[in-house]
Amino acid sequence: MKLNAEYKELAWQGLWKNNPGLVQLLGLCPLLAVTSTVTNALGLGFATLFVLICSNATVSLVRQWVPKEVRIPIFVLIIASFVTCVQLLMNAYTFGLYQSLGIFLPLIVTNCAIIGRAEAYASRNPIKQASFDGLMMGLGFLAVLFVLGAVREILGQGTLFDGANLLLGDWASILRIEVYQLDTQFLLAVLPPGAFIAMGFFIALKNIIDEKIAQSAPKKQDQAIERVRVNFDAQ
Amino acid sequence: MRKAIEKNAKILTLFAVACTFVVGLVNLLTKDRIEQQEQQQLLSTLSDIINPSRHNNNIYQDCLLLQSPELANNEVQTAYLAKWDKKPIAIAITTTAPDGYNGNIDLLIAINVDGSISGVRVLKHNETPGLGDKIELRKSDWINNFSAKKMMSDSDNRWHVVKDGGMFDQFTGATITPRAIVKAVKESVIYFNKNQQSLFARTTTCRGEQ
Repeated sequence: MKLNAEYKELAWQGLWKNNPGLVQLLGLCPLLAVTSTVTNALGLGFATLFVLICSNATVSLVRQWVPKEVRIPIFVLIIASFVTCVQLLMNAYTFGLYQSLGIFLPLIVTNCAIIGRAEAYASRNPIKQASFDGLMMGLGFLAVLFVLGAVREILGQGTLFDGANLLLGDWASILRIEVYQLDTQFLLAVLPPGAFIAMGFFIALKNIIDEKIAQSAPKKQDQAIERVRVNFDAQ
Repeated sequence: MRKAIEKNAKILTLFAVACTFVVGLVNLLTKDRIEQQEQQQLLSTLSDIINPSRHNNNIYQDCLLLQSPELANNEVQTAYLAKWDKKPIAIAITTTAPDGYNGNIDLLIAINVDGSISGVRVLKHNETPGLGDKIELRKSDWINNFSAKKMMSDSDNRWHVVKDGGMFDQFTGATITPRAIVKAVKESVIYFNKNQQSLFARTTTCRGEQ
């Protein structure tokens, strides 16, 4: 029973309360740069999700053998290896998408969300929980990417799922939805500044919702959970 | 102290070796497939600008490496030759327009033996989305303007954007990008007109054997 509660807590943390995109604000570089269309957002989201699960599981698996003095280089090694593998696999099997994600795939290495989870959670917990944490954090990140991509694509080009065939194969061309006809693209939404502005609105919206929840249930006590920090303590 | 350092170094090495092994393995497994994908991509672009029914040689194999100060700042470029029963039909040259608004624009330019353009495609660019990216075929058919155009002389004044008194449209809000491409295409045509004989006479290919 206690285990079940822990999983629930992990899901809640990853998807909402401690969302890597909206709360921890980790990995902003790929988040803002790639979300110009839903397809790109999903591509990067799934790649990050995959790396996050694999790296969390691996870090958790080897945690007994990693001395704490050299843990960071080892985590970086593990993450970088997985990213390189994902990059090679995407290059081989989703070539079109690989070309449009381009430089942002290797940037997953620098996504602090991943090393942040490795350090804060996976290095101290058993493999099952660690993988689950990776899954939930990854899904949380993916969800933010998806919503941001959808908003920007609708505002910028008036479409949804444009180029989905790059990600899912030729049949996916039928997924493309033309929401409305645009003669010229709405540049602000297509370019990174638009992503920043939209992101700001999302964070504000989340805070409003949180406040509403807190008001409706003011007395509920917070469970003791370890806080995730972006910076690493020396110990 | 020394023991601890030694131990850590050993563990670190072990992890490095293991990670390298995994990456190497994946690389080995995907290498062929990636090469195949790249080749396919190139072939489909090539068949876009040189109609496959016009040649009967393996255009992917029949290629050569070029280097000339007249082409893309002396960088090595690849050319693909289209032939019908060994008779030259057209050539496709990769080149780079170094003066795009946001860095290099990689192009593939196909020129018929009579010196007219068979087609141009942009392979890679970093131009501003919504403004300069109309050079991509999926955004606008501007790039098709080049088809069947010919240079009358090396100083043909029509080979500029409209703003500079030429015949190629610029985009609203973006002149630098089309200007760079027109210039690069022009350079390649001049180069081809000068070196046509020697280009088709070469027997070595860029893949070593035929």
